[in-house]
Amino acid sequence: MSRPIWVVLGASSSIARAFARLAAEQGADIILAGRDLQDMKRSAADIRIRGGGRVEVRRFDAADRASHPAFVEALPQGQLNVFLCFGLLYPQEAIERDPLLAEPVIAVNYLGAVSILSHFAPRLAGASAGAVVVLSSVAGDRGRPSNYVYGSSKAGLNAYLQGFRAKLAPHGVSVTTVKPGFLDTAMTFGLPGMFLVASPEACARACLAYAANGREVAYFPAFWWLIMTIIKAIPERVFKKLKL
Amino acid sequence: MAEAGWRHQAFTGWGRVARAEMNAARPERVADVARALAAAGPEGIIAYAGGRSYGDAALNAGGRAILTSRLDRLLDFDPASGLLAAEAGVTFDDLRRVFLPRGFLAPVTPGTAFATLGGALANDVHGKNQDQAGNFGAHVAWVDLMLPSGELRRISPEDRLFRATVGGLGLTGIIVALSLRMARVPSRFVELQERRVADLDEFLAVLEAARNKSHYSVGWVDALARGRALGRGIVESADPAALEDGDSFKELRRRSLPLDLPGFVLNPLSVGLFNALYWRRVPAAGRRRRVTLDKFLYPLDSITGWNRLYGRRGFHQFQCLLPEETSHQALRAILETCANSRAASFLAVLKTMGRDGAGLLSFGGRGHTLALDFPAASGVGDLLVRLERPVLDHGGKIYLAKDARLSAQSFARMYPGLAEFRAILAEVDPTGRMASDLARRLAIKAGPP
Repeated sequence: MSRPIWVVLGASSSIARAFARLAAEQGADIILAGRDLQDMKRSAADIRIRGGGRVEVRRFDAADRASHPAFVEALPQGQLNVFLCFGLLYPQEAIERDPLLAEPVIAVNYLGAVSILSHFAPRLAGASAGAVVVLSSVAGDRGRPSNYVYGSSKAGLNAYLQGFRAKLAPHGVSVTTVKPGFLDTAMTFGLPGMFLVASPEACARACLAYAANGREVAYFPAFWWLIMTIIKAIPERVFKKLKL
Repeated sequence: MAEAGWRHQAFTGWGRVARAEMNAARPERVADVARALAAAGPEGIIAYAGGRSYGDAALNAGGRAILTSRLDRLLDFDPASGLLAAEAGVTFDDLRRVFLPRGFLAPVTPGTAFATLGGALANDVHGKNQDQAGNFGAHVAWVDLMLPSGELRRISPEDRLFRATVGGLGLTGIIVALSLRMARVPSRFVELQERRVADLDEFLAVLEAARNKSHYSVGWVDALARGRALGRGIVESADPAALEDGDSFKELRRRSLPLDLPGFVLNPLSVGLFNALYWRRVPAAGRRRRVTLDKFLYPLDSITGWNRLYGRRGFHQFQCLLPEETSHQALRAILETCANSRAASFLAVLKTMGRDGAGLLSFGGRGHTLALDFPAASGVGDLLVRLERPVLDHGGKIYLAKDARLSAQSFARMYPGLAEFRAILAEVDPTGRMASDLARRLAIKAGPP
């Protein structure tokens, strides 16, 4: 049997690096896709030396949707799996000062993901196997004053993934929506109000397990399910008075 | 006020005596390092890596720090030559896990695998094979150094800046990556020989024999023994062991110390008792056994956070190098001072060194090196000053990676390369962007006193 291929979209983040290292350790070939080619080359070397198999680097820009069809077209034959972990976060206050900043957030987190996944769909369906794991966020579960533009881009993504999952299910392709709480990444480093922060390695390990088990939706760490269930249950007339 | 990408946090040296609040960035890419460096103003900036320097070498109170833990990628490896290129935040533990199963080991490694390659270079560390292999810097082919200006420059041993960067305590810029010549090992084991020695004379005689015939040698001293037993201890010597049938690579199991022990646990009585038992652990006739390299090289790493053994107040390390000619008298004076003060040194290590370091401020040269640790308590400051005197009198030096107390005057006398080091710093860092508590304490950047 040929080795599975994981395409890592947004490959310069710490979570992507951890995921690629682990997937390679488990016997997968890796395609690192992102904008910073120099940086991805370093990651590719790292994965190869640590004992992985084939690792390739490809240019990919989530916001450049016109380039997406060619990106998918150029991917090698074989069973593809997709780990989508690109994302863009601007502080809510910055967006309130300059509402134009909402556009790149939506263009990357929502439109970028919708575009690239839609272009992947025929390939995945045709292969009749494979896994898609998408890094979303608990922020998409409920709009909060502290980050509702980012949250709404993730909420849109979550709804898209529900349909995408149903669309691909008959073809034997699993789609996992991962909703991490706080991860110890460059995106959250130094932000105030962080608690119960999980390591990128632990999240990457969980993501690979979700793919293997065909999970639909997963909170990471799992206790965030409880936190978000409570937060979602608060009536709107109470919620609007909370400082969250 | 919090800046995006920076975290205000309290840090300590490994001894937990030196502490500092710093604004830290944690770059994941080379470009992020330049950005973090550019943000530093007069408050200065220093790299903080594995946090294994005992004192204040990686601290910059009220200033900035660059955490290198996410710069952890292996960049190139040639099994034919053993040449490895890696980012500065790669640890010896990473190297152990990736390369030991393939028969390669770091040519020089400090006593903890949680130190990073960048930290090892900045402190020009040594291991139990200093006689044979010298310091870490001797095995480095090049360094990618980000200068305080933000310029990334590849420097090699011929460069003047290399001599200031090896053992340069992070003051020439941020070490981003380096190339290290890995050593081949036939197996993951060493043949270890342990010998009980009754006093200092025997200790030095056995060490002398070991340095000439063994790859590794190190001795443990019962620093509380006095009188005729002064300098008694155990000498370990070891050589790489041949591969045997059934050898397999097993991951080291780790225990961790879950909480600080109360400070009174380590007192002269308990340490004296421990030392007496520890000494007798090795039979009078000595013994030979085959142990894993992990266990031999990193004995304390099996307990994560062993520095909490000393309680919340932490501990001081004192490590000196005494030139060969008079090291015998100097060691006697130091051990007497130590034993008479009844200061309970738990981890007392004596070994030989054989080679100079490649750096202007390297801790190296031919002689004996003695490392002692003392729980932080009243009187320890005085003791450290008293221990400093014989080191100065005998032309020795104190290891800066371990130190938190040395004075600027004594430092200048111990490190004759200081003047040239200062001259190079003035060229590469004219605005004084790089800064650390150690650099201020030792007046490293000031003109000649």
